[in-house]
Amino acid sequence: MTSSYLVVDDSRAMRAYVAGALRSSLDCRVDEASSGFEALRLFPRGTYDAVIADINMPDINGFELIRHLRASERQGGVPIVIISTQTSKRDVERALELGANLFLRKPFTPEEIVRAVTSCRPGAEASS
Amino acid sequence: MTKPKRRDTSKVMKEFLSEAQELVESLSRNLLNIDSALKAGEPDPDMINEVFRGWHTLKGLASTFGAEALAKLAHEEENLLDEIRLGRIDLTADALDSLLESVETAIRALNAIDAAGDVNAVAPAGASEAAPAARGEARAAQPQIDIDLHEMVAPEVLEVLTEFEEHRLRTNLQQGRGVYRVRTRFALQSIDAELDAIKRRLKPLGEIITYLPSTESGDPDLLDIDVILVLNESLDALDTALEGLEAKREQIVAPRVQPRDTSQTLQPKPERGGAAAPKPAQPAGPLSSVPVLAEPRADALVSSRSREQGASLRSVSQSVRVDIGKLDRLMNVVGELNIIRTAIAKVSDELRTAMGRRDLAIELHRVTRGFERRLAEMREGILEVRMVPIGQMFDRLSRMTRKISRSLGKEVHLVIAGADTEVDKLIIEELSDPLMHIIRNSIDHGVEEPSERRDAGKPDVGTVALTAYQKGNHVLIEIEDDGAGIDGERIVASAVQRGFLTPEQAGSLSEREILSLVFLPGVTTAKEATELSGRGVGMDVVKTNISSLGGVVEVQSEIGIGTKFTITMPVTLAIIPALLVSVDGDTYAVPLNTVAEALILSPADVQSVMGAEVMTLRGKTLPLCRLDRFFGRPRVEPLPEISRVVVASLGQRRLGLIVDNLVGQQDVVIKSLGESLADAGCFTGATEIGDQRLSLVLDTVAIIEEFFAIGDEASRPLPVVG
Repeated sequence: MTSSYLVVDDSRAMRAYVAGALRSSLDCRVDEASSGFEALRLFPRGTYDAVIADINMPDINGFELIRHLRASERQGGVPIVIISTQTSKRDVERALELGANLFLRKPFTPEEIVRAVTSCRPGAEASS
Repeated sequence: MTKPKRRDTSKVMKEFLSEAQELVESLSRNLLNIDSALKAGEPDPDMINEVFRGWHTLKGLASTFGAEALAKLAHEEENLLDEIRLGRIDLTADALDSLLESVETAIRALNAIDAAGDVNAVAPAGASEAAPAARGEARAAQPQIDIDLHEMVAPEVLEVLTEFEEHRLRTNLQQGRGVYRVRTRFALQSIDAELDAIKRRLKPLGEIITYLPSTESGDPDLLDIDVILVLNESLDALDTALEGLEAKREQIVAPRVQPRDTSQTLQPKPERGGAAAPKPAQPAGPLSSVPVLAEPRADALVSSRSREQGASLRSVSQSVRVDIGKLDRLMNVVGELNIIRTAIAKVSDELRTAMGRRDLAIELHRVTRGFERRLAEMREGILEVRMVPIGQMFDRLSRMTRKISRSLGKEVHLVIAGADTEVDKLIIEELSDPLMHIIRNSIDHGVEEPSERRDAGKPDVGTVALTAYQKGNHVLIEIEDDGAGIDGERIVASAVQRGFLTPEQAGSLSEREILSLVFLPGVTTAKEATELSGRGVGMDVVKTNISSLGGVVEVQSEIGIGTKFTITMPVTLAIIPALLVSVDGDTYAVPLNTVAEALILSPADVQSVMGAEVMTLRGKTLPLCRLDRFFGRPRVEPLPEISRVVVASLGQRRLGLIVDNLVGQQDVVIKSLGESLADAGCFTGATEIGDQRLSLVLDTVAIIEEFFAIGDEASRPLPVVG
């Protein structure tokens, strides 16, 4: 079954990298959002199998995005993978506390992001 | 960890390079903005955060794409910026030097990667050998008021703040400012524009810490956003700003000090170490550098997105980077289509005069006209794409000005006007070096030492004004300094010493001729070459480079007042309108931008003055040049009874070119004559003019200069420049 993902990152090259990695190994559709606000606009439209988001973004940061998602009725349970170069331990902990499933530090290989995404998908063990 | 493959020419790799280039460009721009803000007071924390995020993003990108040296540089810069934005290190002019230096390093690294197609093409040296603490000055302990954020601010706000946002909140609370929550409701569809409007209203009033989204509305198409705002102004001002919006405000922390518009004396004034610039009454006030925008009107809300977001280019950029070579090829195709069009038009004309299918001929004529119009549109379109705002180059010049003036111990303010003037990309590339050289000269030789300036009654800070504007088919760039002016005597002495003229000749020179001597090789005003000017590249090279682009450079100067260089350039080089003329059976193209007018010349009009032919045009003497003679070709065809004069003008000079006849006007694509004919000084190239005929394109600049040089040699052996 075709799965679908949302990549939220203000770097378009990073979005292209992640989207490319997912598309080349999974049968999936990938939506891209260049800011937290754009992501907020997309959430009500699609149902995602996982959301991959950066932390350090202008206006709405990754933390706010996690909390917003977790609070929403429709998508409260969507797996969230945080990708960030953030080195601060505080931020990693905070992301996980707020309900992110995984924290993947940049740089990562295409295989790593694919593994991360599939591992936190519901019923992941069986797939890929 | 295994790294992605090193050599990757895929689209993703191109995406990386293009975004990285945009990032360093905006880093440079933001740092320069911070530099000016620093001089005026305190930079907006947002600006510093923007630079931090720029390096942060670059680091993530570079490491992901395996550009390790660049990632390392970005990492160092990110750390330094992190310390600065979190207030642990003071941002000084010295620190800015090294930050800008690193931007240059990154630009060079990216260029090398781009050229070699290998992410590890370079190993740029680290940002600075010095440890971060040495690059900025550690901030002296401030008298701080201990505050407990958790007591003052609800956990629901605190838990989603990044470290920086938390720091900004704390800093503002320490200074006793009030914090408010402004709740607004947006339609998801128009959120960008609406949010932008809110930003523009609130930003002048204080500092926006963050935006908190929530969906309490229950409507999936609506979104509630809480703007967490530190207020520097009065509550009344906030209410005025919110007028007409569906927004509610709520106090989170009450201000301990009065907002600044009612009292400034109550402001705590923290001591700071290391900052050179005078501080305004409110050191941390982010407003000092924020352009105060006019109160936005409700009807302007939707269409106003890009202004505020100028700082964060990436999120809104709609642009595409294109290799200029691709545009050149397209332009060539247009040129060839143009030739085909001419051929079709000719067939169409012949068909019309031929008997028989007149209906077909008319139809063909109609279709041809349509084709012509579309072709013209296409040409315009490509030309438009080639045009870039000259401001692109000014960023680099600002960085350089800052660097040079600091290294010389002079303070120089670069004033830029007309940055949005558009010029052909190729010209921008080629102009950058000459402009750098002129500015370097202005700072080095023009602007005096601060003490000297004070004695002359000038402000300590020198000014170099860089102004660009379009005038007809030309772009004019002026570089004007308020320095000492060019010492004519020294220039003449230097020119005599170099053997360009004898002391006797020197005596009879006009002021303009004296000034133009600076464009001769080796002629200088400097008694001794400094490190900057003694690089072997002189104003002669500047002049040559500009001439090779079909431009001219002129200089005006007044002792004690300053010097102004004016560069006049064609707007584009790719395709030019030309006047086709015939001389002794051959057709030549004269670039129309150098043609002032064309006249009929009867032999009676020609007068002879000291062996040179001239004519009188509207009361002024116009020197005449017979092109056939000038080219040194013996005449084959008989001289026509009535010739034509094409008046060529460039800057201040005018010359009448005598030709047999005017053939017509045509847009031509200039093709280079190739290496072997590179010395054919009087021609810029060749062009096809239809019927598979070739025509040489006259280099009017060179012809005018050579003509006057020869003319002058006859009477006075002085190389004329100008």
